[in-house]
Amino acid sequence: MATKTTVPFNGTAEQEAKLLAVIADHKGDPGALMPVLQQAQEIYGYLPIEVQKIISNEMEIPLEKIYGVVTFYAQFSLYPKGKYNISVCLGTACYVKGSGDIYDKLQEVLGIGDGECTADGKFSLEACRCIGACGLAPVLTVNEDVYGRLTTDKVKEILDKYE
Amino acid sequence: MADINIKINGIPVTVPKGTTVLEAAHMAGVDIPTFCYMKEINEIGACRICMVEINEGRGFRLVAACVYPLNVDGAEILTSSPKVLDSRRKTLELILSTHEKKCLSCVRSGNCELQTLCTEMGIEDVDAYDGEKHVYEIDNSAVHMYRDNNKCILCRRCVAVCSKWQGVGVIGANERGFKTNIGSAFEMGLGETSCVSCGQCIAVCPVGALSEKDYTNQVFAAIADPSKHVIVQTAPAVRAAIGEEFGYPIGTNTEGKMVAALRRLGFDDVFDTDWGADLTIMEEATEFIDRFKNGGTLPLMTSCSPGWVKYCEHYFPDLLDNLSSCKSPHQMVGAIAKTYYAEKIGKKPEDIIVVSVMPCTAKKYECQRDDESAAGVPDVDYVLTTRELARMIRRAGLKFTALPDEDFDNPLGLSSGAGDIFGATGGVMEAALRTAYCWLTGNNEEVVEFQEVRGTDGIKRSTVNINGTEIKVAVASGLANAKELLKKVQSGEEKLDFIEIMGCPGGCVNGGGQPQQPASVRNFEDLRELRAKALYDEDAGKTLRLSHLNEDVQKLYSEYLDRPGSHKSHKTLHTSYVKRSVN
Repeated sequence: MATKTTVPFNGTAEQEAKLLAVIADHKGDPGALMPVLQQAQEIYGYLPIEVQKIISNEMEIPLEKIYGVVTFYAQFSLYPKGKYNISVCLGTACYVKGSGDIYDKLQEVLGIGDGECTADGKFSLEACRCIGACGLAPVLTVNEDVYGRLTTDKVKEILDKYE
Repeated sequence: MADINIKINGIPVTVPKGTTVLEAAHMAGVDIPTFCYMKEINEIGACRICMVEINEGRGFRLVAACVYPLNVDGAEILTSSPKVLDSRRKTLELILSTHEKKCLSCVRSGNCELQTLCTEMGIEDVDAYDGEKHVYEIDNSAVHMYRDNNKCILCRRCVAVCSKWQGVGVIGANERGFKTNIGSAFEMGLGETSCVSCGQCIAVCPVGALSEKDYTNQVFAAIADPSKHVIVQTAPAVRAAIGEEFGYPIGTNTEGKMVAALRRLGFDDVFDTDWGADLTIMEEATEFIDRFKNGGTLPLMTSCSPGWVKYCEHYFPDLLDNLSSCKSPHQMVGAIAKTYYAEKIGKKPEDIIVVSVMPCTAKKYECQRDDESAAGVPDVDYVLTTRELARMIRRAGLKFTALPDEDFDNPLGLSSGAGDIFGATGGVMEAALRTAYCWLTGNNEEVVEFQEVRGTDGIKRSTVNINGTEIKVAVASGLANAKELLKKVQSGEEKLDFIEIMGCPGGCVNGGGQPQQPASVRNFEDLRELRAKALYDEDAGKTLRLSHLNEDVQKLYSEYLDRPGSHKSHKTLHTSYVKRSVN
């Protein structure tokens, strides 16, 4: 569930023109909403209210219906990715080793929920399943960097490495 | 289509091929419980409460009765076998595992479809599956209603009526799996969306998740306050439905007992909104004839239905000049009660409380609008739904069925048959045309019925010839139908002079504030038709059937307003509209 709007929307006129062209391509197609949303996410990287409103107006589909579809499918995101995307493994091995606590701690420190992004656009947070590093459980990644054998008191230390 | 022979619980039944199991069972006198199913608008087979066993030659198996078509001759159906009952109980136990079971303080206790079914199925342990629970905040952002998702069973009937009947679609299912919840886009409160307050979602909710904001306690308190003169008025559609709350068959007109109950509740005056309907006709027919003769904005659109008015403001703001500036009938009654009548009884408008009993939840929002305060205070103080009045009657211990039949008080109590039929789709149009006909022909007392605008069709059209002048009219009820019609008006495809629109399908008789009938009734009876008949019968039985012949309305003009459309009429009985956005 969306808890807060984070990064301000910075959509460009060029992006909007692209989106309108996509919608025009699908004019009159039944079931066009899914492909339009997929391409809209490619254009903007995510699907904030501003983008969903354009789609709603142009396709004459109630905003709630679009939001319902976006929140139903895991492939759609309401939030942009941060400069640093933190991914916490909640796969079986990591989970029994306490990655759930680490995930909770990160939410608390960053003040954001699953799939969200901090207001300064620096960190985004998501959960993932096994990344194949069970020997290092519990594991998280920050962009391409991997951190293993974690405890909750190491969270702050890791975040501090990123400017 | 060809008939097939089947057996339901061993009893032979013949049904047309393609009939669903649910319909076939109904024909055979067996009710199969349903939650999600709504004929034509929500045939999703999702809730699984209607499971039955069927054998079409390959052994018995469980299927969802609501969407399973019967195509095989000789099919055998079991609707209450141990396997079926076990399946239903299991589904109920799973629903109960996340349902807030505060039945004792729930507004729907006693007519909750979930509660009823738990009793019927003999549920013994409401905590059979005691797992993770949701805790949702109650959405109280809308003026007229609450959403309490802790009680929601995710049947999606509310979603279906909002999008399919009303074409509004501000609520839907968000998220998925265990997190699925009914709400609005981006977690907006209902009050932030372009919800039109029609309340159809409440009328079809099987449980206590959706309810109107209840003002019964405030009204009891007002009645008990000796410094206040408390006036009550009732809309036409209320008398055609409130009997359902007390065991009368659907479509029974219980006007007399309703009036008696209101008097016993302690209201100082019991007035009739039908009188206000006659007054509305005086103003609206005048407005129409003026626009028609003098080249004003046409088509004129009626403004009695506040759900429709709000819809127009959000979705068709370019047509606001077409909306009649007339206040709705109960607002007119409130305005007159606090001006003309206040003077008559020597009271200050602020010492008068006007309570409107309406089949409608949008009126709760309407009475708080700007420009609805003729005397400088709101024309109407509280709007109660038909359901809330029934609650008051029960709370006061009045034995409704044993009450005598009584009449409304004067001078705002006399009404014509034209005023009575305001509660059904086409009724406002017919009432206006009756009066316009008399005025344009000069036959002041000739009653002409306009059958073409009657009936439950979503859109009705008629061309009326009055003294060689053709007037093209259309009537729509249900906002999805209104949208279809108005798009044609906007594009120029339809040329019309006068349009009646009511927000709820079938008009006020099927309003969002009317008694809630369970799915087992709703899916097989036409509430719109049955309740409307009560009003058309009342009209047909009256001698006074023309609004302009209502003597008390005539007196109001001679003593106070001067004439329909006068400056004073405009100040007291007319309002204005604002453009709104879509969310």
